[in-house]
Amino acid sequence: MSTEIKKEKYVQRFPPILRFTHLLIIVSFISLAITGMIIKFADVGIFQTLSSLLGGYQVTGFIHRLGATVTFAYFGIHIYFLFKKSKIKSFRYLLSGENSMMFNKRDLKEFIATIKWFIGKGPRPEYGRWTYWEKFDYFAVFWGVAVIGISGLILWFPEFFTSLGIPGWFINVATIIHSDEALLAVGFIFTVHFFNTHFRPDKFPIDTTIFTGSMSIEEFKEDRPRQYYEMIANSELEKHLVEPPQEWLIKASKIFGYTALIIGFSIIIMIIYAMIFLYK
Amino acid sequence: MIIALLLLTSSFIFSQSSEDCLDCHSDKDLSIKKKSKIISLYVDKSILEKSIHPILECIDCHIDFDPENIPHKEGLNIAKVECSNCHKEIVDQYEKSLHGQALIKGKYLAPNCVTCHSKHNILSSKNPKSKTYKMNIPQLCGDCHKDGTKVSELKNIDQKSILENYSESIHGDGLFKRGLIVTAVCNDCHSSHNILPHQDPNSSINRNNIANTCSNCHAQIEAVHVKVIEGKLWETEPNKIPACIDCHQPHSVRRVIYDEKYTDNYCMSCHIKNDLTKVENGKQISLFVNYDKFKNSAHKESSCIKCHTNINVANNPVCLESGKVDCSACHAEQVSDFQISYHGQLFAKKNEDAPYCTDCHEKHETKVKSDPQSMTFRKNIPELCAKCHREGEKAAKRYKGDQKKIVESYEMSIHGKGLMESGLTVTAICTDCHTSHKELPSSDPRSSINEANIVKTCSQCHYGIYELFQESVHSKSITKTNKKLPTCFDCHKSHSIERVERSDFRQGIIDQCGKCHEEVTKTYFDTFHGKVSKLGEVGAAKCYDCHGSHNILPPDNPKSTLSRANVVETCKTCHPNSNHKFVGYLTHATHHDSEKYPFLFYTFWAMTILLVSTFTFFGLHTLLWIPRALKEKKLKKNNH
Repeated sequence: MSTEIKKEKYVQRFPPILRFTHLLIIVSFISLAITGMIIKFADVGIFQTLSSLLGGYQVTGFIHRLGATVTFAYFGIHIYFLFKKSKIKSFRYLLSGENSMMFNKRDLKEFIATIKWFIGKGPRPEYGRWTYWEKFDYFAVFWGVAVIGISGLILWFPEFFTSLGIPGWFINVATIIHSDEALLAVGFIFTVHFFNTHFRPDKFPIDTTIFTGSMSIEEFKEDRPRQYYEMIANSELEKHLVEPPQEWLIKASKIFGYTALIIGFSIIIMIIYAMIFLYK
Repeated sequence: MIIALLLLTSSFIFSQSSEDCLDCHSDKDLSIKKKSKIISLYVDKSILEKSIHPILECIDCHIDFDPENIPHKEGLNIAKVECSNCHKEIVDQYEKSLHGQALIKGKYLAPNCVTCHSKHNILSSKNPKSKTYKMNIPQLCGDCHKDGTKVSELKNIDQKSILENYSESIHGDGLFKRGLIVTAVCNDCHSSHNILPHQDPNSSINRNNIANTCSNCHAQIEAVHVKVIEGKLWETEPNKIPACIDCHQPHSVRRVIYDEKYTDNYCMSCHIKNDLTKVENGKQISLFVNYDKFKNSAHKESSCIKCHTNINVANNPVCLESGKVDCSACHAEQVSDFQISYHGQLFAKKNEDAPYCTDCHEKHETKVKSDPQSMTFRKNIPELCAKCHREGEKAAKRYKGDQKKIVESYEMSIHGKGLMESGLTVTAICTDCHTSHKELPSSDPRSSINEANIVKTCSQCHYGIYELFQESVHSKSITKTNKKLPTCFDCHKSHSIERVERSDFRQGIIDQCGKCHEEVTKTYFDTFHGKVSKLGEVGAAKCYDCHGSHNILPPDNPKSTLSRANVVETCKTCHPNSNHKFVGYLTHATHHDSEKYPFLFYTFWAMTILLVSTFTFFGLHTLLWIPRALKEKKLKKNNH
């Protein structure tokens, strides 16, 4: 009886704040990606068209800076919550606890096991709360925001930064760093992250967990077996059980998710087209 | 005895000596009565001796003297002296002259030989006492030809106060005040005996002969009149040049205008008709002349024949085959320019499209260019040129160059708008750049719009810019190179000259500069200014915002906008908080040059390695995952 009830239940995976953060990331990232690539590939016709469709350089520049502001905002919010969490659960727990985002030895083991599984030399590793590629995703964004953010601020306020003593040519260096790091971020998120999260056959065509916040126990058990069994062992699972997401939320998540995926994917196609055929 | 002596001598009839005549005629009281008039027959011996005829005996002139009739009986008077016996040629001339004709007609005022030369006291014209001595000629002629004489009352000529005017003229001044006997007196122009009305083609004062008459004294006068009169016409077609008197009035030489209008009435008697036409090359051409409009034209002071010089009295009408008017008679410089020009070249080839003077200046309604009604008024010039040069018109069809829609472009240009919208007549019009009469294709080195001359042409109005340009690296005087240096229209185009603050100009200038400065333009597009320009940002710094537009100088020149002293100010025009570190931004940097920009080069490659390694790693990761995941999915399906 209890198992049946459980089967209808969902497991909470992302708290609202993380879901909200991801929403901000998606919106700002896509807007930054489009408006940024327009500048990077300014001599490519399709990006020029895109620029004029958006209302010209002045508008795209504004959107880009608005996106940057949102990015700084969610980055700040995230740091604030990490700080708050470290006070509740200790900083040490944050860095090395079971659910830490930090890489550890087990990630290396899991990575090796995963490769083995890929080539048919072993079983699928029993992933826990975070897989190593999810941790990479996380740090990619963390690092990316820092690097792109700082170089971006230099480009945004060059007179201010040079007045602090930064040489003029560093603006040129910042341009290269900003632009190439952005290309890395955009390329990575819209291909690797999209595949790892949404397009791999067992999740295809979309995984809405980040929007709804919960996944079915069955899926949870399959996807995160180690975490599932740990929760059973610690009898913590009950604590994380929630009602299945409402119909409207699933629908909205899908609409929003597909939109983001299509936009992201389109950007990738345009970048590849520009890089192969037109970029010098 | 006396009779015997007389009989003896009678056999020597012609040997009658003057002494014999004077025997009687030295008597002061000797006279005859003729028609109740007492005529003295006294001859002063001393005068006779001084005259030019002293070697002659009385009978040499009074040839019908009969020695048997002494004293000469009444009714057998001696006939009048026939000067023609000795002076046949002169008398023949005289008889055809105005004076002679009047005499033949029995006009009592008509002068004969004696009137001017006297009877017995005929003196050489070289003798200052002679009436025909040069200094006395004006007085002699003036006896009849001055205001108030009977002659002047009878003959209604339009020259008034002839003698007074003459004496004030440069000729009269020379004679009377300076005693110059080389100056012209009446008979120098009118001739002494062959005096004819100026309508007579043989008259020394006929239009066609005036130049020759004046040239008797004023040799090679054409040499100083080249600006006014086309020199070669003096020799070949003197009838086509204006007569001297057109400008130098005949008697009061210091003033101008010789009224020749009497012929106009004759011309207009036919040409006033609306339906007067002729057929030329199968085309019917109207010969109607609107005299009222002509009277308002720039040539209103001229008479018909001044332009239509090929009038021939042998023709009926006189203007038959008078041909095209040759304006070079008065406008020599303009016509010679025209002949050099492309218009003139076409005209010389008898091309139908070629414009002639009258196509721009009208025929009889020619107006001065300062008249707003004139086709050549500055504001009307573009429309005038457009008649042929507008797209589809004959000149535009003929043109094979790459300038399209010339008139339309001009109308949209800053010059055209200045003229058409703002009514600025100081703005550049077609003729300012192409010249009015000497326009040539730009390929011609003589052309005002030839590459070598265009800067000079534009400098006519834009002199301040010209001065800056001459100092800049684009000036031939500064940069010595075999390569082509830019001229005004490389950046500003020729007809579609835009306002430089317009977006099209600002955006287009990069391509213009890029034509020669290929490498730096490429690197410009690698940087922010270039990239946003590509996206259509008009405000982003363009070449000339930093380098200057006409005052372009190398950055090591202290006057350069990019010199150490000026660069911060230059950047400040867009970046108000610009500082010395900020201007160190590399505006033409490229990460492709490891020597010039090592920092950029290594940053770029470090970033590229980061990208490539990340994508390689996760690319492989994903590629391995896909087949595995697909297999798992199949397995799961089979298990169900």
